[in-house]
Amino acid sequence: MAAAGPEEPLDTWAIRSIVTTMFPILLVLSLLEMGSGYVLEALEKTYLSNPTLLVLVPVMIGMGGNLGAILSSRLSTRLHLGLLEFDPRDEVLWTNVLAIMGLAATIFSALGVAAWIVGRVIAEPMALADLMLISTVSGLLLAVIAIVLSIGATYISYTQGLDPDDTTIPVVTNVCDILGVIVLSGVAIVVLN
Amino acid sequence: MEARQDAWRIYRESLPILVVSLAGGIFAGSVLGSEGMTEGFERFPGLLLLLPAFLATRGNVYGAMGARISSGLHQGMIDPEFSWDRRLVNAVAASFINGIGISVVIAVLSWGILHLLGRESARLVELVGIMLVSGVLTSVTLIFGLLGLVFASYKYGLDPDNLIGPIVTTLGDIFGVVFLFVAITVVGGIF
Repeated sequence: MAAAGPEEPLDTWAIRSIVTTMFPILLVLSLLEMGSGYVLEALEKTYLSNPTLLVLVPVMIGMGGNLGAILSSRLSTRLHLGLLEFDPRDEVLWTNVLAIMGLAATIFSALGVAAWIVGRVIAEPMALADLMLISTVSGLLLAVIAIVLSIGATYISYTQGLDPDDTTIPVVTNVCDILGVIVLSGVAIVVLN
Repeated sequence: MEARQDAWRIYRESLPILVVSLAGGIFAGSVLGSEGMTEGFERFPGLLLLLPAFLATRGNVYGAMGARISSGLHQGMIDPEFSWDRRLVNAVAASFINGIGISVVIAVLSWGILHLLGRESARLVELVGIMLVSGVLTSVTLIFGLLGLVFASYKYGLDPDNLIGPIVTTLGDIFGVVFLFVAITVVGGIF
């Protein structure tokens, strides 16, 4: 058993504390996700004429949140350890941003190719160039949004005295969930027309 | 440049798990598009409306739990193993309450919204039943799966911070969609 450290009381690890901090946030975010549910429902007909685009949807929803979660989690831990400053010249900040953009470029290029292959097997094939353009442009846009949201949310919860572990990741993940479908749809409409 | 090397290290550590997450997302898309699932959406109106919220709870509840455990490990407040440690037990119990509680709330919200708008909806007991079954199954799998993977990665010298988000999304994509399918089948069989 790890002994309770004198600096950080057991209070912030109490069940009541974790639940009462998180549940109101969960409730608000779930309501926002209901809006996303309507958007998906409305766009479903558009996607059905290009079924290969549907292969992109779950990844577009999840990956922005993934990238944001990696960044938020890293910023939050470094904040706890006192290794991070919210300064545009802070090197830790830029190192993390550079890594996230590199990851996004790699993943969404691979997604374009994978969706093209899946599309050829199970759905109506689409042009590889179109899919690559849609996947990388919407993916990189989403990565920029995820970065801005992660830094902003960590900063706000820090200045408000909230524990970023309980606040940042839900906000970033949910906003990316909602925006993923919207960004993908916007880019796809521009590219396909 | 030290910063460039650090960025490259973060990239190398994060990429493999993101690739696994990518595969999980493509798998999820295939299951969601399957005939049994689309039939379930038609039979229980309201499921499509609550789907993004249901899938998002995994990131909310379990991602936050993972970040909490990771910070605790970094600060030496908890040990990287399953034990009756007070902090660990509290974090797990709170995640069960949050995860299962919000699933039921989502079902009620979806039913309520459709009724307010005067649109067709499945019965409240059906939507709550589906969310309860899939919520419990997803919670158990994600909480213990996530803890096991975070502890293992920490022991092998990897920074869990780089892994939690993708682990949650991948397990959530695969098990969330599969357990939703199971729940629709179970509840569909009862009612």
